[in-house]
Formats: sequence, C-alpha cells, structure tokens
Amino acid sequence: MLAFNFFGATEGGLFDINATLPLMAIQVVALTYILNSLFFKPVGNVVEKREKFVSNNIIEAKNKLSEVKKLEADLLTQLQSARTEAQRIVSEAENESDKLYKEALELANNEANASKEKARLEIESQTSAARDQLSKQADDLSELIVNRLILEK
Amino acid sequence: MFFNSLLTNFAALEVGQHLYWQIGNIRLHGQVFLTSWILLGTLLVFISLGTKKMENDPKGLQNLLEFLWDYIRDLARTQIGEKVYRDWMPFIGTLFLFVFVSNWGGALIPWRLIKLPSGELGAPTADINTTIALALLVSLSYFYAGLSNKGWRYFEYYVHPTPIMLPFKILEDFTKPLSLSFRLFGNILADELVVGVLVFLVPLILPIPVMFLGLFTSAIQALIFATLAAYYIGEAVEEHH
Repeated sequence: MLAFNFFGATEGGLFDINATLPLMAIQVVALTYILNSLFFKPVGNVVEKREKFVSNNIIEAKNKLSEVKKLEADLLTQLQSARTEAQRIVSEAENESDKLYKEALELANNEANASKEKARLEIESQTSAARDQLSKQADDLSELIVNRLILEK
Repeated sequence: MFFNSLLTNFAALEVGQHLYWQIGNIRLHGQVFLTSWILLGTLLVFISLGTKKMENDPKGLQNLLEFLWDYIRDLARTQIGEKVYRDWMPFIGTLFLFVFVSNWGGALIPWRLIKLPSGELGAPTADINTTIALALLVSLSYFYAGLSNKGWRYFEYYVHPTPIMLPFKILEDFTKPLSLSFRLFGNILADELVVGVLVFLVPLILPIPVMFLGLFTSAIQALIFATLAAYYIGEAVEEHH
C-alpha cells in the first residue's frame, strides 16, 4: 500500500495515497468503455450520418443547379435560333407575297390593257364601218338627189 | 502535529480526513467513491435518457448531447489531428465529462448536509488519488498512442530537434502527470476550502461570487485537463519531418 502522510498524522492527510488510486483508474477506464458504447458511438453515428446526408444533399443540389444552368443556356440558344428562324420565315413569306402581288398586278394590268386595246380596235373598226356605211348612204342619197333632179328636168 | 490539528480544525472544515473503507488488506477513501458513484450514475442516467430515442431531427436532450459530442470532437480533433482523433475521442471525452461532472457536482450539491462518520463528501477531484489516477491514465495513453502509431520510431520524439533535448523530454514524462494531477487537485481543493471558509465566516451573500468563480474554475479545469491530455496524445502521434 502506497501511503505517505504529509501532515504527520498516523493516517489521513491531504496526500494520503492508497488503493483509491488504482481503483479510481479502473473506474475511469470502465467509464470510458461505458460512455463509448452509450454516448460516443450512438451520438457519433447519428451526427455523422446527418453530416453525410447534408453534404450529399449539398453536392446533389449543386449538381442539379449546374444542370439547370446548362439547360437554361441550352434553352436560351434554342430560343435564339427559333427566333431567327421565325424571322427568316416571316421575311420569306413577305417576299413571296410581295412577288405574288406584283405578278397578279402585272397580269391584271396586261389583261386590262389587252381588253382595252381590243375594245379600241373594235370601236375603230365599227367607226370605220359606220363611216363607210354613212358615206355609202351619202352616195346613194346624192345619187338619188341627182336622179331626181335629172328626172324633173 | 500542531499543523495537522490546525488544518483539520480550521473553520470547522475537515481537511485531509477520509471515510476509510477497509476491504481485506486495502484501504479506500469511501467518500471519493460515494460521490463519484452518485455523480457518474446521474451522468449515465442523463446520457441514456438522451440517447434512448435517437432521431435524425434532434430534440431536447439529444440536442444537448450532440452539442457536447461535437464540442468533444472539436477538442480532440484540433489537439490530436485528423488521422487518429477518432480512436482517442472517447477517452478525452470521458476525461472531460468525468472531471467536469466531478468539479461541478462537488461545487453545486450541498454535500455538507450529509453527515459522515469521518471526513465529508465533496468533489472526487479534490482527492489526490483521483487526480493522480487520471494523470497516470493520460501518461499511459500517450505512450500507448505513440508506440501503437509509430512503433519504436516514437522514441525519435525524445531526440527530435537535437539529442540535447533528451534529458528534458525524459523529465517531461514525469512533470506531465505531476502537473496534470496537482493542477486539478489544487484548484478544486482550494476552491472547496475558500468557499468552506467563507461560508463559515460570512454565511450570507459574500460566498456567492466566490461560488460562481468556483463554478467557472471548475469548468475551466475540466477543459484544461481534457485539452492537455489530448495535446499530449497528439504530440505522441505527430509525425516529425
């Protein structure tokens, strides 16, 4: 038994070292094992599981965010190309309709001109016919007048 | 003899008196074991209540225990290092909890109301046997940590910067447990004595600030003890380059 008495008493004293020391050491070692299985392991499992869960979620969220950004950029370029395509189609259609309009206009003009010309020609021919007839009638009439005058004489 | 009677009778405090338990040939300080069993029992009840239903969303006591666990992990990790702190965390945590519970239990519970045939109940850490036991466990731990991690290369530590350090490093192996045990013992015993004397002289109000100071020192001593233990282990497992 370890024992030395600092204050000279036969037993006791502040520095009375005895079997309390090794027994306390054994008690603390036992407490370490008990606390390890009762406290450190279970709490550590839960905390580390949660930490892993949280960090996994953060990584997943980051991945998703980058994916979203990529998709967004993708959509933006798609939108851009769709817009230029639409513009191209619209301008093409405009050109086409313009062309069609011009063609139709020209056709109509030509047709109108043609019928005008035809009408003018007809009018001219009729006018000349009428003039011929008139002159013939005038001739007949003059002949008649002449004949009548001659007969009266 | 005069000194002893002066000390033991001063302010009706019983200093250096123990409740002896005789088991066969060995003698024990009963009051140390009684208080430590009460305090550690309370601690274990507290912990088993808190870890009974572990949930992913911590509630109530589980929150507190997780905070405590995190605190101890940070302490062990910063002192011992990322590589082996996991192995030593239970030991460091047990030292911290044991010293903390003993110190605060000794300071907060009015043990003096319980009369013993000899000696009196108090903080288990105010007994030199307890603190030496803890300090020797720390010594064994850092030797074991160093040898199990680095094998015989552990002894390079003794001649690390230069071989001139050898005697100092050997001396350190003795001063480490000595300073650990006497620091804790002295602080807690002194705190108990100061509070005891003040309560005896001025029973009202005046001891209260000293009691608060005592709670503060008690917590700090627990932290210091655990931190130093972790530091010694960290020093032993550290790789020199």
